[in-house]
Amino acid sequence: MRRRTFKRKSKNALPPRYLLLIVTISCIVVMLLSFTLNLSGGPLKVAAGYVFTPMQQGINRIGSLLSDSIGNLETLQEVQAENELLKRQVSELTEQLNGIQLEQYDVENYRKLLSLDEKYPDYEKVAAHVIGKDTGNWFSTFLIDKGANDGIEVDMNVIADEGLVGIVTSVGANYAKVRAIVDDISQVSAMVLSTSDLCIVNGDLILMNAEQKLSLTKLKDDDDEVHVGDAIVTSTVSSKYVPGIMIGYISSLDYDSNNLTKSGTITPVVDFEHLQEVLVIKFLKDTTGLEAE
Amino acid sequence: MARKLSIAAIIIACFLLQSTIFQVLSFGSISPNLLVIVTASFGFMRGRKEGLWVGFFCGLLIDLFFGTYLGIYTLIYVYIGYVNGMFRKFFYPEDVKLPMLLISASDLVCNMIIYIQLFLFRGKFDLPYYFMHIMLPELIYTILVTLVLYFVILKINQKLEEVERRSAAKFV
Repeated sequence: MRRRTFKRKSKNALPPRYLLLIVTISCIVVMLLSFTLNLSGGPLKVAAGYVFTPMQQGINRIGSLLSDSIGNLETLQEVQAENELLKRQVSELTEQLNGIQLEQYDVENYRKLLSLDEKYPDYEKVAAHVIGKDTGNWFSTFLIDKGANDGIEVDMNVIADEGLVGIVTSVGANYAKVRAIVDDISQVSAMVLSTSDLCIVNGDLILMNAEQKLSLTKLKDDDDEVHVGDAIVTSTVSSKYVPGIMIGYISSLDYDSNNLTKSGTITPVVDFEHLQEVLVIKFLKDTTGLEAE
Repeated sequence: MARKLSIAAIIIACFLLQSTIFQVLSFGSISPNLLVIVTASFGFMRGRKEGLWVGFFCGLLIDLFFGTYLGIYTLIYVYIGYVNGMFRKFFYPEDVKLPMLLISASDLVCNMIIYIQLFLFRGKFDLPYYFMHIMLPELIYTILVTLVLYFVILKINQKLEEVERRSAAKFV
């Protein structure tokens, strides 16, 4: 027994000062390594994922159950009225759909005639739940409950409500981290849908906090054809984002001081405050081969 | 051993709460920082070394799941734990003023470092805005949560110290 206490003492003999020094140096080394080699945790991350992801999933399931049961308290009458309305809508939409299907048939025929490929192929998507959000208040990253096991890879695009949400930045076995486009360091190469003018969409913490908007910069619009209210989609020249995904609508636009480019703000189509379910597009826009040439 | 397990449980619980429930309970997309409370509390209750280790694991968790580069948060939290540990000799469990002050200062310093490292260096100079709309709200929310969480941690620590004293007495 005495030996054990003695051993413990000698272990404690390392002064906290030196311990701090050792930890500081190792942290800085790891920081530099992860900065230069793009490391992100390795086995530690895998282990942490297996421990924490199920727990986060559990907590979120309880949370959504609670909010569901609160939702159930809505009166039956309201639901019935809504049901009535929806039924009417369904019949209207079905009619519309029939018309559109006919047109689609025509379009496909024309495409065949022109021997064009489908412009926007139907990408395979995976549905995922948001299980955790960034613990700080500075960045907008979140975790989803699908990972490498479900075929998710880094740089896959994430969408919700038919709009762009963000991009997968790291993947564990059973979870993945997504950087939202409203994150302060996010940049998306985008274009105006009507004129195909290119621009950059930046996340901006101040804008997002104050007005729930994104910032738009470097829009070249020589003919002055872009207006407030125009739709912004991901561009065809983006290296990571699949083209044609809706981002939002221009809410303000002004000339920059150089009088050549314009910048402004965009109202996103996605409600980033209440994200619960997202879709991951299982398609990687691989441009590495092109860049090498 | 009991101490290590309890601390691990506290850290895991706080990390999970912070990344799930408190994100839903956020006011104006601001949520409190529970891990700073845990790190600072163990710092001034138990000294530099324990503060350092608790900070290490809190920071590591944030780094692994949400960090951009591994190590930034770990380093910040390690220093928060260590510096709080230097105030151990002024700490009395009955006095709530010092813990409050230390936890608030820790939260503010933590946010300030993050701002400087990850925002100022990217040319985002509007510190007054960030202070008023990010740091201050988080500080207030964190203090509110501290009023509850601190006493929970204090009670757990006192229980642990009692157990440790008893087992030490048994061996003598």
